[in-house]
Amino acid sequence: MDLYEHQARELFEEHGIVVPRAEVTDSPKEAREIARRLGGRVVVKAQVKTGGRGKAGGVKLAADPAAAELTARQILGMDIKGHAVGKVMLAQPVDIESEFYVSYVLDRAAGGFLAIASAEGGMEIEEVAATRPEAVARVRIDPAVGVTSAKAQEIAAAAGLPPQTVDVLVRLWQVLVREDALLVEVNPLVRTEEGRILALDGKVTLDDNARFRQARWGADEAGHSDPLEAAAAAKGLNYVRLDGEVGIIGNGAGLVMSTLDVVAGCGARPANFLDIGGGASAQIMADGLSVILSDPSVKSVFVNVFGGITACDTVADGIVRALETVRLTRPLVVRLDGNNAARGRAILDGRAHPLVEQAATMDGAARRAAELAHTA
Amino acid sequence: MAIYLTKESKVLVQGMTGGEGMKHTRRMLAAGTDVVGGVNPRKAGQTVDFDVPQCLKGLGGDPSAVPVFGTVAEGMAATGADVSVVFVPPAFAKAAVLEAADAGIGLAVVITEGIPVHDSVAFAAYARARGTRIIGPNCPGLITPGQSNAGIIPADITKPGRIGLVSKSGTLTYQLMYELRDIGFSTCVGIGGDPVVGTSHIDCLGAFQDDPDTELVVLIGEIGGDAEERAAAYIREHVTKPVVGYIAGFTAPEGRTMGHAGAIVSGSAGTARAKQEALEAAGVRVGSTPTETARLVLELLEAGG
Repeated sequence: MDLYEHQARELFEEHGIVVPRAEVTDSPKEAREIARRLGGRVVVKAQVKTGGRGKAGGVKLAADPAAAELTARQILGMDIKGHAVGKVMLAQPVDIESEFYVSYVLDRAAGGFLAIASAEGGMEIEEVAATRPEAVARVRIDPAVGVTSAKAQEIAAAAGLPPQTVDVLVRLWQVLVREDALLVEVNPLVRTEEGRILALDGKVTLDDNARFRQARWGADEAGHSDPLEAAAAAKGLNYVRLDGEVGIIGNGAGLVMSTLDVVAGCGARPANFLDIGGGASAQIMADGLSVILSDPSVKSVFVNVFGGITACDTVADGIVRALETVRLTRPLVVRLDGNNAARGRAILDGRAHPLVEQAATMDGAARRAAELAHTA
Repeated sequence: MAIYLTKESKVLVQGMTGGEGMKHTRRMLAAGTDVVGGVNPRKAGQTVDFDVPQCLKGLGGDPSAVPVFGTVAEGMAATGADVSVVFVPPAFAKAAVLEAADAGIGLAVVITEGIPVHDSVAFAAYARARGTRIIGPNCPGLITPGQSNAGIIPADITKPGRIGLVSKSGTLTYQLMYELRDIGFSTCVGIGGDPVVGTSHIDCLGAFQDDPDTELVVLIGEIGGDAEERAAAYIREHVTKPVVGYIAGFTAPEGRTMGHAGAIVSGSAGTARAKQEALEAAGVRVGSTPTETARLVLELLEAGG
């Protein structure tokens, strides 16, 4: 889960990293009050979980509290790359002498974390890395040791950062470890004309797997902007809504991703990703079907199950019982293969629902589901 | 031969007495795995009777009555175990894997899904330093059909044979095992769908290249990271056996996690297209569906005799 800038700022501050004074609000009137408290002149920043908001007009300087209210009114509700702006952060402006970049990122290949740092901050680090790779330092962190003061000195020296950044590098590592983050980034980290070091903007990605021990980030922070995704999440379903017409239910993340691809290969667009995992109970099947069928763009549904641990007759039972509670309004193509496939198919044949048909293979079922979506 | 797991492997199950542990230990025993013990400090000294037919292994005594040990080290000392399968819940998985590595186990297969990445990073590094191979986490384990099954892969959908398989995905592994059941497999390894895993595609490719029982390797990948791209570079340099690939996630939108914690396209990185192109550039034939992938395997095996 990505945090908003103001949440990242809060974490940095808690861990002793100096940040500009700032407050967050969803109200233009309150923005005026905040600006007054912060001394009048403020930067108004859209709070969205995407990059490029400066270019999109989501970051503006306001000269006084009245201008802050006006600017907040303009920015709130803006759409930045599909993200609606619900809140703005107002921050005290800073006199910048130089801008740096520092981050800790997960290096999947090495199975550990990597410090990335550059004395050329303020822009996208990918651009710096592409044009001037020598300006970007990458230092591997030993997970057993972490970022000690000595390691931080090594990172700062490698990137040509001033010695005052060493303390920030150590504290930023503490943010990463204590908050179970997968990414912490400060861009820019600035030196002011008075020589102070401040984190001006930041990004933090938290590990969803660590929620059980990071209680402060509740489920409401998951931010399902799509109502179907919110409904699916409330039922504990692993569902991602897509822009298409063939609803998909399958077991196992890899097989479901593959199912989407095979449907796309048949000339139709998948409407969603839904992995029901190993436990294809009637309840899960009913929940999944009801979420998918409440998507008006869905024209057909493809249930693709390979019975490995799950037996296909159990899945077929689940479908039959789900059909008792969910009114099927669009055709359902079922492909059952693997353990007890013959018994599973017989159960569905026995039910003989007019909108349910079976296909022997995954590719054949995908073709049929695509066909049904097109003729609907 | 096979890789990592043979009929000689002696398997401990950490978390055997939990629900998943019981269910899958029974399945492992039924597949002929030499499960020599479970580990649970609160149930040390007990035995668990799995209702599995006697004739499976020449263990002596009742092979389906499995002793529970207090620690991995005790289990290893008493039985000579060299493999541990971990079914411990996410909050306790790190301690379990550290314990197994500390005891000096050769192979720890971590089935648990949902382990925080910082924990995986920590135990993977520790295990590496101790010489313990980790498979997983968030994986179905590995199977050497007809010999041993360490994890949750269904054993009865295929047979022993000459194909090696390495995959991030469990169900796609099963799908291919089933489609190619008439040829059969040397070993199938589910390396797991997390961003940080202990054993990579490359590790398995190297092991299959050296395994005389493996004639061809099936490599299954999915969006996220660059493990497949690195595997492609490795194949170009080091693998002379034919490799057939399959990649899932062409239709996955950018920035969304697709089921597996590691299955996410970030910007232009980690796309299925890039992975397919890298593999094809290394001479790997990549199927557009699982079924077509199986067909490519058959074609290559027929061509090669």
